[in-house]
Parts: sequence; structure tokens; C-alpha cells
Amino acid sequence: MQQIIFAIVTIAAFGFAAKQFLKIRRNIFLGKDKNISDQPGVRWKNVLLVAFGQKKMFKRWIPAVLHLFIYVAFLFTQIELIELLVDGFFGTHRFFASMLGGLYTVVISSIELLSVGAFFATLIFLIRRNLLAIPRFQMDEMTGFPKFDGNMILVLEIILLIGVFSMNGADKVLQSMGAEHYHMTGNFAVSSWLGPALFGGLSETTLIGIERFGWWLHILTVYAFLNYLPISKHLHIMLAFPNVYFAKLAQKGEMENMPEIMNEVKSMMGLIETDPDAPMDELPEFGSNDVMSLDWGNVLSAYTCTECGRCTSVCPANITGKKLSPRKIMMDVRDRATEIGKKLDSGDMQWVKEELKAEATTLTKENFDDGKSLFDYISNEELHACTTCNACVEACPVLINPLDIILKMRRYEILTLSAGPKDWTPMFTSIENSGGVWQLPDARDKWAEEATSQN
Amino acid sequence: MSKEYKIPTMAEMAAAEKTPEVLFWVGCAGSFDSRAQKVSVAFTKILNEAGVEFAILGKEESCTGDPARRAGNEFVFQMVALQNIETLNLYNVKKIVATCPHCFNVLKNEYPALGGNYEVMHHTQFLQSLINEGRIKLKDGGAFDGKKITYHDSCYLGRANGVYEAPRSVLQNLDNQLVEMQRTKSNGLCCGAGGAQMFKEDEPGKKRINIERTEEALETGAEIVAVNCPFCLTMMSDGIKAKEKQESVMVYDLAELILGKM
Repeated sequence: MQQIIFAIVTIAAFGFAAKQFLKIRRNIFLGKDKNISDQPGVRWKNVLLVAFGQKKMFKRWIPAVLHLFIYVAFLFTQIELIELLVDGFFGTHRFFASMLGGLYTVVISSIELLSVGAFFATLIFLIRRNLLAIPRFQMDEMTGFPKFDGNMILVLEIILLIGVFSMNGADKVLQSMGAEHYHMTGNFAVSSWLGPALFGGLSETTLIGIERFGWWLHILTVYAFLNYLPISKHLHIMLAFPNVYFAKLAQKGEMENMPEIMNEVKSMMGLIETDPDAPMDELPEFGSNDVMSLDWGNVLSAYTCTECGRCTSVCPANITGKKLSPRKIMMDVRDRATEIGKKLDSGDMQWVKEELKAEATTLTKENFDDGKSLFDYISNEELHACTTCNACVEACPVLINPLDIILKMRRYEILTLSAGPKDWTPMFTSIENSGGVWQLPDARDKWAEEATSQN
Repeated sequence: MSKEYKIPTMAEMAAAEKTPEVLFWVGCAGSFDSRAQKVSVAFTKILNEAGVEFAILGKEESCTGDPARRAGNEFVFQMVALQNIETLNLYNVKKIVATCPHCFNVLKNEYPALGGNYEVMHHTQFLQSLINEGRIKLKDGGAFDGKKITYHDSCYLGRANGVYEAPRSVLQNLDNQLVEMQRTKSNGLCCGAGGAQMFKEDEPGKKRINIERTEEALETGAEIVAVNCPFCLTMMSDGIKAKEKQESVMVYDLAELILGKM
């Protein structure tokens, strides 16, 4: 009976999760195609050091150590999770115990010790997030769902740990009572004393009830977690790895070239031959105003962001009270991608571009237009406040690059909308006309003539 | 200071059928900003003194296009960049040194995609190599001796290009105590000028970024703030003026500090 329920719940949990993850994949690839496959060696090294090794987390060692406990406990618990799945489907009990023998005791004991660490880390994280006035957790963008989300994950973590220790603790007491099916597994580091302390003296039926309760609580929390991930900041536990792999490898200072503009300027300057009879494209759009004109890597990083706010806490604009918050840029891109995804799922033909409505039969990302854009989420004021100092890029533990998105949106504003801060216009005109950032009557080498004339 | 002080142009060099060791990229600030001009003079004096065969482009130099590109204006960037590359390639330039980290970054990292491939150094790196090769002789006793120095990392030399040690190693050669600000190296705080902010008013906020950074510099108790960028030079000088500390705290480029010891 338990096996049948387990099979149904498991298939439903994985099925529903898979559906949601496919939607996220679809949303990520709403972004433009871009081939990011150069230097695989360097990329794998980054995955090893930055994603697995959490190298960049250790710029701030207190949260790094606490996070490490939860992270390592999570990685190790996967072994236990596999056992849970095997036992669930086949009606076995602690399937790996007989296979691994003494090693099993070591593995479970390690998981238990890590879990205790994770438990305390989670408590401290809850305190940091809610009771200590840590500025990066108290900003405007961290109200509403993001605040709930941050706490929700920690609460789920604690429920999970309650499940683990009820299950192991009751199991240990049952083992010592010689209960049927509960074969000896050796001493577990924590539940060998925690079990008797909590559950000692209870009847076998009650204990089996507690053990089963713990077992089911554990697996159901995992399933809840799995299905909560797609809407949560906690998605980083999966996407951090691909995001680090596909992160920019060039020097941080390098802005990506725009070959389409380069070639146009080259042909204007007579540097390359162009066919004057070539058909003119419709008025091209430069830069990014929406998820579809960002690269898929940008969207991947938006879904990877765990809203820790390290970027915002080092942003010179944000520190001095400007509206810009790099974290909010990432959250906005994710929210916008999710919004577009939902509208595409609705298939509602009202979201088809006006001029294509007559011929369109289905709603696709190519003919999509809901009259909104990323500029409805991110204001010009935010974009204009950026000093391109790369502090946010440097700060991100999973190599997200908010600056790249800011610069792409600046390009859209200037090149496609011909807008932007008025103060910049004289600088543009001056560079274009006189080759200098300031319009000045002096010759560019006057300083040198004056300096050497004193010889 | 003994040798004749000369700042030849590439055109003059080419006319004399000479190829300089390195092209000094002066940049807009170094050419036009009165404070940054002093850095250009200091650096060229060092080059003369060290016997480095160099030249500038003079009237043939244009803005690298950095502020236009960062503001989002790729057209203006491409126009000046391609023109500069034409000029540089015409003179068959192989090696460039820039006193502005913004110029340095664009020349080094962004011109290759447009067809301009050069070995590019920032002047702090160049100074380091001149000192290491023994081409710069530092004397005992100098105008700045004994003063406490704090070094401000520019974003475009630091984070953007990972150059943290060269300028510090140059400063080690001075008879000064070097103190670090709280936010330093890869955690360094911007002066507020980058990303074309230099050319516009601040967005609404509580404080100017250069004030935040100046306060941090002042906390170290340093009497000299050493910078490597003409825009940091302006921003930090303005900050110190706003804090009314211009009598006791000076802002200098590394080149000026080295020249003071020569």
C-alpha cells in the first residue's frame, strides 16, 4: 500500500517539477542565441572552483562557513535520498545498509553531523535575515515575495531536518528493541543518543509511527522543495553550475563589440565595400529592451540569482543612495521572463503583435508583443546611475554580470530610442566633431608644445 | 634633470624614419584637463630622463571612444575607434602606454575586435618595468618623502583588468609609508566618474560617490592620495576640496610621485 502511494506521489512530484523546469528552460531561451563554448578547460575550472568550491563566497567568511554547512549537507543528503527512493519503490528498508556495511554507518553519521551544522546555520540565517539589521536583506526589492521566499527556504530546511532525525532516531530505538525489519546499522553519530533521549520507552507501534512519519516528512519535503524551486530564488542550487560555466571569460573591462554597427561605420568610412543595391533591412533595433533582445546567458543568470545582495551592497551608486540596485536588475529580468512565459503559455492571441494579428495562427515568442518591455521594470534613472565599476560583477559568488544587462539597455536607449541623459549629448557631439570629449579651441598637443617650449 | 626635454610626434618620427620604442597615448584628459596635463608632462619627463624613445600622436590622436561606448553610443565609439586604429596601423604601432586606465582598457581589450592589435601598458606598469630594469634612478630625498600615502585603485586598472600590484610595487620604491583604505584592490570603491558619469550630473541620491571615497581616504590619515587615472584625480581632488582638506591632503598621480624622487 505504502509502495503504491509512494509511486504515485513520486511520479506526480517529478512529473510536475519536470514540467516547470522545462518552462524555465523555455524562458531562458527566450533570450537571443549565442554560442558560448570557447575555452572549455577554463570553464570547467570555474565550475570546480567557483561553483563546487564556492571560492567567491569566502570574500565574506561568516555567511560562507554557514552556507558551506548547508551546501555540503545538501550534497551528502543526496545519497540518503537515493536510498529513500529505492526503499519507497521496492518496499525495502535501508537498502544500502546491507550493501555498504560499516561504510553505511560512516555515511549516515557524516550526513547527521553535517545536518546538525546545517540546522544551526539555518537558525543563524533566519536570525540574520529577520532580526539583525543587515542592510542587504532590508532593501526595497526585498519586501513581499522575495522576503517570504528567503524565509520559506530556511523553514523547509528545518522541516527536512526534523524529518531526518525523527526517522533515524526512532529507527535506532526500534533496532535496539529488535523490531522486525529494523536491522542493525551500527551507531549513528547523532541519532544513536538523540533517538533514545527523545523516543526511549515508547511502544513499538508508536515508534514505527514516528519512524514512518519522519520518513514521509523527509521525502515529501524534498518533493515540496523540488516543486517550489522553479518559483524560488533557491533555483541557484541547480543553475549556479551552468551559470558559472557559461560566464564571461574576457577581462571584466571589455565590452562586447557590435559587429553590425562596426560594419556600417566601416562602410561609411570606405573601409569595406558594400553593395549599394543591397535591400535595406527594416529599421534595426540595437541593444536590449526586453528578454528577447538579451542573450540567453543573461536570462540564465537572472534565474540563477539567489538575491543575496552582495552586488548591491558594494555598488557605489546604491551605497550613496541612488536608485540603482544590481540585484534588482537581475530580479526584474527574471520577473519579466516569467511574465512573458506565462503569457505565451496562455496562448492568448491578444499578445500577438498588432501588425501580425491578421496572419498569425498561434502565439510565439517571435510574434509576441504585450506592449510592455524591461523598461517597465527598470527605470532610466537606475541605468544612468551606473559607473560601470564592475564591483557588482566582482562580488557575485556565481559569476552573474548585471553590468552587461545595464550596458545593453543603455545601448537600446541611446541607439534605438535616441534618448538618454541630455548632459551626454555635447560629449557625443564633441567626440564626433573634434575627436575630444570636451569641445575646446585648443589643439590636442598644445600642452606638449607649451611644456617643451620652456626648455 | 639633465637631458633635453622633448615630446616628439609620430609624424616627426616617421619623417626622420625612426620608430619609437613606445607610443604614449595621452588621452583627452591628459591633453586638455589642466590638472591631468601636469601628469602628461611628468610622465614625458620621466620617459625623457629614462632615455625611452617615445612619441605621441599629437593632433592625430582622438578620444578612444570609451565614454561614448559606456554611455551606449556605439556609433560614435566605432567612428573614433576605427579612425584611431587607421592611424595607429598606418604608423605600424606595436606598443602603447597610456596614463588613463579607460584609454588603456579600450586600447587593450576592445580595439582587437575592430582590427587594432597592440601591446598596451598602463603607465604604472611601464614605470614598474623602468624601475625594475634600472632605467629610472631614484635619488635620496624628495619632495614627498616621509609622507603617508594611500593608493586608490581605479576601477578600469583594478577590477576591469586585474592590475593591483604594479602600482603598489612602484609606490614601494618611494620613501613613504603606504596605507590601505578599507575597501581596496578588488573591493576598491569607484571614484564616481566611470561609465560616462564624468560627463553628466549625478542621479538623485544621498551623497556623491567621490565624497564617500574621499572620507574613506581621509580616515587612513594619509597626506597623499595616489591615483592612476585622470578622472579619479579630478574626483578625489574635488572630494578633498569639499571636505576642506586641500591644505593638508594632496592628490597625485603615480608619475608625479616618481618624478619627485628623480
